Amino acid sequence: MAAKVITITSGKGGVGKTTTTANLAVALAAGGDKVVCIDGDIGLRNLDVILGLENRIVYDLVDIVEGRCRLRQAMIRDKRLPELYLIPAAQTRDKSAVSPSDMVRLCDELRSDCDYILIDSPAGIERGFRNAVAPADVVVVVTNPEVSAVRDADRIIGLVEAEEKGPAKLIINRLKPEMVKRGDMLSVNDVLDLLAVELIGIVPEDEGVLTGGNRGAPVAFDGKGMAGQAFRNISRRLKGETVEFLDLSSQSGLFGKITRFFRSGGG
Amino acid sequence: MSSFLDRLLGKEPKSANQAKERLKFVLIHDRTDLSTGALQSLKDELIAVISKYVEIDPNDVRIEMEQDGREQRLLADIPLKQAQRRKK
Repeated sequence: MAAKVITITSGKGGVGKTTTTANLAVALAAGGDKVVCIDGDIGLRNLDVILGLENRIVYDLVDIVEGRCRLRQAMIRDKRLPELYLIPAAQTRDKSAVSPSDMVRLCDELRSDCDYILIDSPAGIERGFRNAVAPADVVVVVTNPEVSAVRDADRIIGLVEAEEKGPAKLIINRLKPEMVKRGDMLSVNDVLDLLAVELIGIVPEDEGVLTGGNRGAPVAFDGKGMAGQAFRNISRRLKGETVEFLDLSSQSGLFGKITRFFRSGGG
Repeated sequence: MSSFLDRLLGKEPKSANQAKERLKFVLIHDRTDLSTGALQSLKDELIAVISKYVEIDPNDVRIEMEQDGREQRLLADIPLKQAQRRKK
């Protein structure tokens, strides 16, 4: 095995990096791959709660880097998916405790032992971002169809290119098909025209993502809801499969259903 | 209510279109690190230089930044005045 390192980043905070990392990790592991995800957000760790593994943390990323434990000791194994592991971030330290070369070394040590390493980058363009991107083979940028998130995504895509880690792949998260239809939200094509990068996923707004977070069970576990399916599809695209994008218009609520009912002549 | 009517009649641009247009400009400036003011002085100086060699009407000159994938391009359209129209 020689793992592929995939870093999930965004520039702007709150667009769904951690949720995306958790769901892609679950989706890949559910498909039989051995996945190690690393929370790169030192000081503001969250991947553990989203994955429901917060009660099992003993050692963290900084403990590994500073030699207080062996790599394997800090890897928390998910009991629901035995191929899924988490290396949590330290909560009481800051980003300067880890360097980009520490991350490269750590990932190189892990590579021979798993299929995918997913790194959840912190928001921003400073040290934490550089740490997360340094070992990456693929960089995935998450954005929302919203002016500030798209602007920051553009900046990050440029920085990823400058670090010679490009071209980045794009996930458009929290899309609301009804708002797009009304002309009140940037469409997928609008965002692609502006950012000019390869699209690897569209994730619709879905309450299940929040309730999944509440339970510590990301939606990709069952993969039934729209977002769960979308994340599973992204994981397959990351593996190199060609998967069609979901038809989101089929989900556009009662009004959409009624208008489609009339348009199709009641059939 | 009037804004709702305006929208029904298509008078007010959809907010998504406004977002896209605004972002287009913001991204050009972010990517090139060239402010609107700097772009204007670039235009003025370019027109001054060209005018030293050929006759042009500054009002007809179009100098714009255009996006081509992830690359930016400075496009200049500078119509020259016809030579025969010049006074001898």
